[in-house]
Amino acid sequence: MNGIPLELGLVLSAVLFVLGLIGVMVRRNLIMILMSLEVMLNATGLAFIVAGSRWGQADGQIMFLLILTLAAAEVGVGLGLALQIFHRFQTLDADSVNEMQG
Amino acid sequence: MIELLGWVPFLPFLGFLILAIAGERLSRRLIPWIGAGSVGISALLTALIGAQFLKGAMPPYRLALGSWMAVDNLSVPFGFYLDPLSMTMLFVVTGVGFLIHVYSAEFMESDPGYARFFAYMNLFVSAMLVLVLADNLVLLYLGWEGVGLGSYLLIGFWYEDPNNGYAARKAFVMTRAGDTSMAIGLFLLFTQLHTFDIQSVMTQATNLWTPGTVLPVAAAALLLGGAVGKSAQLPLQSWLPDAMAGPTPVSALIHAATMVTAGVYLIARTHALFMLAPSVQFAVAVIGAVTLLMAGCSALAQTDIKRILAYSTISQIGYMFLALGVGAWSAAIFHLLTHAFFKALLFLAAGAVILCFHHEHNIFRMGGLRKSMPLAFLSFMIGSAALSGLPFTSGYYSKHEILLAAFEVSPVLWTAGCLGALITGIYSFRLVFVAFFGPQHAQVEKSPGWRMSAPLLLLCILALAGAMLEIPLASVFSALAADENLHELNTVSAITVAAPFIGVLIAGLFYLTGAFSTQRLESLVWIRQIQRFFFSGWGMDAFYNILLVRPFKTIARLNKNDAVDSIYSATAFLSLMFHRLFSSLQTGQVRWYASSMVLGTIVIIAIGWLS
Repeated sequence: MNGIPLELGLVLSAVLFVLGLIGVMVRRNLIMILMSLEVMLNATGLAFIVAGSRWGQADGQIMFLLILTLAAAEVGVGLGLALQIFHRFQTLDADSVNEMQG
Repeated sequence: MIELLGWVPFLPFLGFLILAIAGERLSRRLIPWIGAGSVGISALLTALIGAQFLKGAMPPYRLALGSWMAVDNLSVPFGFYLDPLSMTMLFVVTGVGFLIHVYSAEFMESDPGYARFFAYMNLFVSAMLVLVLADNLVLLYLGWEGVGLGSYLLIGFWYEDPNNGYAARKAFVMTRAGDTSMAIGLFLLFTQLHTFDIQSVMTQATNLWTPGTVLPVAAAALLLGGAVGKSAQLPLQSWLPDAMAGPTPVSALIHAATMVTAGVYLIARTHALFMLAPSVQFAVAVIGAVTLLMAGCSALAQTDIKRILAYSTISQIGYMFLALGVGAWSAAIFHLLTHAFFKALLFLAAGAVILCFHHEHNIFRMGGLRKSMPLAFLSFMIGSAALSGLPFTSGYYSKHEILLAAFEVSPVLWTAGCLGALITGIYSFRLVFVAFFGPQHAQVEKSPGWRMSAPLLLLCILALAGAMLEIPLASVFSALAADENLHELNTVSAITVAAPFIGVLIAGLFYLTGAFSTQRLESLVWIRQIQRFFFSGWGMDAFYNILLVRPFKTIARLNKNDAVDSIYSATAFLSLMFHRLFSSLQTGQVRWYASSMVLGTIVIIAIGWLS
């Protein structure tokens, strides 16, 4: 596993992270926002794994497992919220569910 | 019996508490029983205490009820002090006060604020009793301010009319000006003598201070300021005629019989101090003489029955000040006593006339009441005779004593007093002749019931025979007993006696027989101008208006937005601005929040990078 240099792996994860971030900021559909969030989480996970493999440590993979669990929980809650929002507003547009008057 | 002294001021206070808390929820039959009853029991207690006190050797009696405040070397006890002087005042306050309460029970019967009225009256009587009984100056000041409060509440009793509220505020603010001076006087006495106890203040002042030096003169002058304000003397007298806006029993109780004489009491109580300051004492006499003349002249021009009596009150208190100023202390207190009787009588009779006569105040619209209101006529005859000091009435003895004592000191003061007596004769009998003689202009609505008649009759007797109540004041004013041994001054005495008669004669010629016509006099321009000048109370109101009221209003208008307050309103304004700013950030747009977080993170990373 020495073929891929550390820099490339990190650049890939950074690109993925920024893409996810742009998705969160630009997308209006809640499902798409959640998917972009997944991309961001996986980008961080990739960074951990690349770093772990560079130094031959298991810590990076353990961290990735943790992130995976976190992502699963987050998706569970996020999809539940999306479902409720759709029930109430008949839409998944994040901008039009704004009920704040301030 | 004398141990029950504490109950004398406490009972009216209890009455005040009950009436103030229960108020109009009490049955209307019960209210006068509580209101007049509490003062009645006080009067009874006073009579019993007085009987015991005057029978004995009369050493001053002290009653300590407890401590009010004690800080470091300052201790103010709740203590009462009973000597012949406070005994006299007790008799006046509870006795006359009780009669006026009984009278009010009928006078105020149809008023919606029946309980409120009696609550205020009881509060007033209680405060007045504290004032006269107090053994230290702070407690005296408590009573002093208490009567001021009672007076304010009662002048503005019919508060729906803004004019009454204005009169109440005027009385309060003007007396407050005097009270401030008095408070400074008290502080001066305390810083110099380290005690508030009246008797020790007097003895220490006599021992420590040499007569005529700065300290006693300053202290006496400051106390005089308080007395002048409360007793409506020059230059703070103009509140009293306006105070007639209150119900008539109030005018009788507060603005004739008791409160306005508090200044006289204060000076008599602290007479040792005034004797150390001869210049101030002489100023007291001059103030009294000038006030009695000014107020007498003003009374000549009034047409409102209550205002005539108000000006006559100012004038009579002027006599008391004159007596105090010439050192005739007991004559002053004697005149205070008789004045309380006949002035309460006059006011209550005036109240009966006003009540039974369509609430008419103008004496020129009355006329011929002699037959339709015999009791009021009798009261007014006796009251006016006593007021002018005709012989064999109580007012004669007291006023005569004052005038003879004034002659001993200065013939000029005596002349002023005699001139005042002459004017008193004119204005008091002008009132009687105009209102009670001549043709009747309107019908009388009703006649007073027993609760109004009985106090009038009793006061008639007191106004006639009140002079027989010899109060042995010599023990209080012992230092001066020798001065009051008057020499036989036949001519002076004769003129003093004759002055009021001439006044009555002039009034009779003008208003009774019509030998002289007032219209002829009024056709002269300068007489009309003088009359208008007198009517306005020597322009004192206009004077104060220009000197104080208008500048104050101008300043108030300039400072409408309150310069001091702007600091606080700026704080509030900034908070509001920040509130607007931050609440506009809370858009509820999830993507906006996320972008802000990204932006923030980038900024923080950039800061970390660059530093």
